[in-house]
Amino acid sequence: MIRNLTLPWWAWILMGLCLCGFVALVVITVRRNRGMKRSLFAAPYTLWMILFTVLPVLLIAYYAFTDANGAFTLDNFRNFWDSNYESNKVILEVMGEDGAAYVTRGTVNVDTLVYSLWMAFQCTLICLILGYPAALFMADRHMKLGSTLVVLFIIPMWMNFLLRTIAWMSLLEDSGLINSFLKALGFNGVQLMYNSGAVLLGMVYNFLPFMVFPIYTVLNKMDYRLSEAAADLGCNGWQTLYKVTMPLSVPGVISGITMVFMPSVTTFFIPRVLGGGNTMMFGDLIESKFLTEGNWNVGSALSLIMMVLILISLSILRKADPNGEGGGIA
Amino acid sequence: MKNFFKRFYLAIILIFLYVPILVLIVQSFNAGRSRAKWEGFSLRWYGELFTDTRILNALYVTVSIALLAMVISTVLGTLAAIGIHAMKKRPQAFMMTLTNLPNTMPDIVTGISLMLLFLFTKVSRGYWTMLLAHITFDVPYVILSVLPKLKQMNKHTYEAALDLGATPTYALTRVLIPQCKSGIITGAMLAFTLSLDDFTISYFTTTPLVQNLSTLIYSAARRGIEPTLNALSALMFVSLLLLLLIVNRRTAEKT
Amino acid sequence: MKKLLALVLALALLLPVCASAEEVVNVFNWEDYIDESVLEMFEQETGIKVNYMNFTTNEDMIVQIDANPGAFDLCFPSDYIIERMIANGQAAEINFDNIPNFNQVMPSLLNPAYDPDNKYSVPYMWGTVGILYNKTMIPEPEQSWHILWDEQYQNNVFMLDSIRDSMGITLKYLGYSMNTREVPELMEARDKLIEQKKSGVVKAYQVDETKDKMVAGEAALALMWSGDALYAIDLNDDLDYFVPIEGSNIWVDGMVIPATAKNKENAEKLIDFLCRPEIAQMNCDYIRYSSPNVGAIELMGEEYTENATINPSQDVIDRCEFFNDIPAAMQAVYNSLWNEVKNAK
Repeated sequence: MIRNLTLPWWAWILMGLCLCGFVALVVITVRRNRGMKRSLFAAPYTLWMILFTVLPVLLIAYYAFTDANGAFTLDNFRNFWDSNYESNKVILEVMGEDGAAYVTRGTVNVDTLVYSLWMAFQCTLICLILGYPAALFMADRHMKLGSTLVVLFIIPMWMNFLLRTIAWMSLLEDSGLINSFLKALGFNGVQLMYNSGAVLLGMVYNFLPFMVFPIYTVLNKMDYRLSEAAADLGCNGWQTLYKVTMPLSVPGVISGITMVFMPSVTTFFIPRVLGGGNTMMFGDLIESKFLTEGNWNVGSALSLIMMVLILISLSILRKADPNGEGGGIA
Repeated sequence: MKNFFKRFYLAIILIFLYVPILVLIVQSFNAGRSRAKWEGFSLRWYGELFTDTRILNALYVTVSIALLAMVISTVLGTLAAIGIHAMKKRPQAFMMTLTNLPNTMPDIVTGISLMLLFLFTKVSRGYWTMLLAHITFDVPYVILSVLPKLKQMNKHTYEAALDLGATPTYALTRVLIPQCKSGIITGAMLAFTLSLDDFTISYFTTTPLVQNLSTLIYSAARRGIEPTLNALSALMFVSLLLLLLIVNRRTAEKT
Repeated sequence: MKKLLALVLALALLLPVCASAEEVVNVFNWEDYIDESVLEMFEQETGIKVNYMNFTTNEDMIVQIDANPGAFDLCFPSDYIIERMIANGQAAEINFDNIPNFNQVMPSLLNPAYDPDNKYSVPYMWGTVGILYNKTMIPEPEQSWHILWDEQYQNNVFMLDSIRDSMGITLKYLGYSMNTREVPELMEARDKLIEQKKSGVVKAYQVDETKDKMVAGEAALALMWSGDALYAIDLNDDLDYFVPIEGSNIWVDGMVIPATAKNKENAEKLIDFLCRPEIAQMNCDYIRYSSPNVGAIELMGEEYTENATINPSQDVIDRCEFFNDIPAAMQAVYNSLWNEVKNAK
């Protein structure tokens, strides 16, 4: 493992400089400590984040705006809009005038993005519908189940998510457990796998806990006397839920939506296993751009577009929860 | 009646979450390779597990990276949290944006951006790059769990310690850090779990030469899963469960 | 907490052990494409440690080799990719003095079109692309690619998620060459594949998962490589394999040393080892593809020569075509056509 760390000379120099900077910062930190500069404790972290988070993101932007030779271009974004952009150029080159008949705008990338957003929307909605009552019941003081249930919700996440998804495959296959069971009872088998329904199931299964936790955290912190007061003032159960509990749980819901929506848009393993490769999601597309086609520039452009989309939706969501009160998973 | 309905609903949700895990554990005892056919009870896959060097190697990589990443990111993160806490408003806001940045990035983008960094700098990917990536996505979680504890603390405790003659180092190790111990532990546990379960970022920051369990499972999944992997995950699952029970009992005894 | 620290330290001490300087060879092969006990035998005999890694498709492999210079010493690409590697200078010239067993390679596979002077590659396995089907579901299959488009097999066809193979057989079905660069022909193939998907016969697009699923009886038909098909047939008697009448792809996977390899001599030792008749026989028995090794075929005797899947008749071979590499610009056309197929709903 260590043997494989071979670097070009300038990388060694760069690393050496970083190390020197690091040591210098530590020395300064210790010296300044007398002068009470505790804020310098964050220096190593800042350096780390700049090197391994900010710089890589800038690299994505760099690749997105350049061509294979490193010259500035917007072609990669044209490629997003028209997935046939490259191939159309080739067709016209090879066939000349006759090629025009074969030139069409390719909608693959845009379609895939729209489809991913649609799937992520459905997944988030289902998680919310299933997860909200679960969180509500968990937080119910009369049930006295809260902390045990939280643990019960966390435990499944310790098992590798790839394996859990594959386990669904053995349940859903035509020759799988559910269908064998149905057939044993004399029914006809049902096609459960290789469609977007199965992909959706896999997504809901994997992301449901991310919806339940934040809502539960908020509901658990809520002052239960508020709902008691509502009841004293004449609200029935539904009215209390609708007028008191729900509005107060908004931060949790927002946080839950964020935590489910984001990984859903970018899923790239579940469609392949449960959807049988019949449908592509945006994550699959990005992965294949990098690892099958070896086209980093277009791949970077697609990643950048996704990042921007997510940042926009996050900032819209944040408007609904300006104080960021929604508890995370932590 | 109402409570019955609530319990029933929660039970259904939990069954939904646990069914695949049960299937997996049952399959690990199946004598045959088939996913659907039961060919008799056997411990065969557990036996084969301990002779399969690829799986054992992957286990070693997974656990050692999770532990190393946990320790390094906890140290880095705790120091950073103390630093950020001591900052003035503006730089503090900047640092918080920086800390929240990875959380707003989808895993696949984080993974790809790091891959591009390593390819660009011609660092060959493998164990160390994976470790680096894991530390990178772990640190913000440590900071986000330590910082609230620091905020809860009385601002003047640290200064009081200094006034009473403590050196800054002494005040740090004996006053500041013990005060936010629970936050540090939560952060460390979170870092460990995240690193243990990560697939996407590892996938892009390593080569097929150095695989952790997730990437191994990913490549194995394409040809039908090896039952030995089921056996391994059943073992890991049960051992984590036992660990949890022990920890729970201990804390119960303490209180 | 202290115990934990001790554990971490112990682990940190363990790390350098893994890095002890020993002879190694880093092998990059297809999933499930070697009898791994052969590698153990090689390790025991030579003391060279084999680091064994896998890829799924040719296209994935070439990207990995590009992205990780020096990481691989020996890889197993197919013919058209060997052609590309040689053209791009990604393949190292093999020192055949180190490979005495090279004389075991079938004369008909020497100096192939993809490596005219036979300087860069040694044939590893060869095979065909055809259809694996379940006899209980289809007693007498039509011997044509048309069967994959036959609407009576709704939801019963597994296609390969591999650009060249799926496009190639469609071109054959339409009566064109698999190596065509004519845009109208390629477009027609794309439309045919989209038609197939929309008619609902395709169950899934996948690669390595297919064999286990066919064994389990998940579908009636699958587009398959001959060796994978044979592997499945060995596990389930109801399965059988044929190469359609229109002809198909015949391919050779070679052993190639990447130009960036760091342990070239060890790689050559391994190539020689794999060419040894007994070893080639073991390998062939395990992965079930056709062997290019004369000695191994002799050792396997009738069991090998009489199996039509592993040893197709000359008539079948004549109908089949090798892939040529397509130029980089044309690959863009292939990629976008294939993406359109995958995106069709």
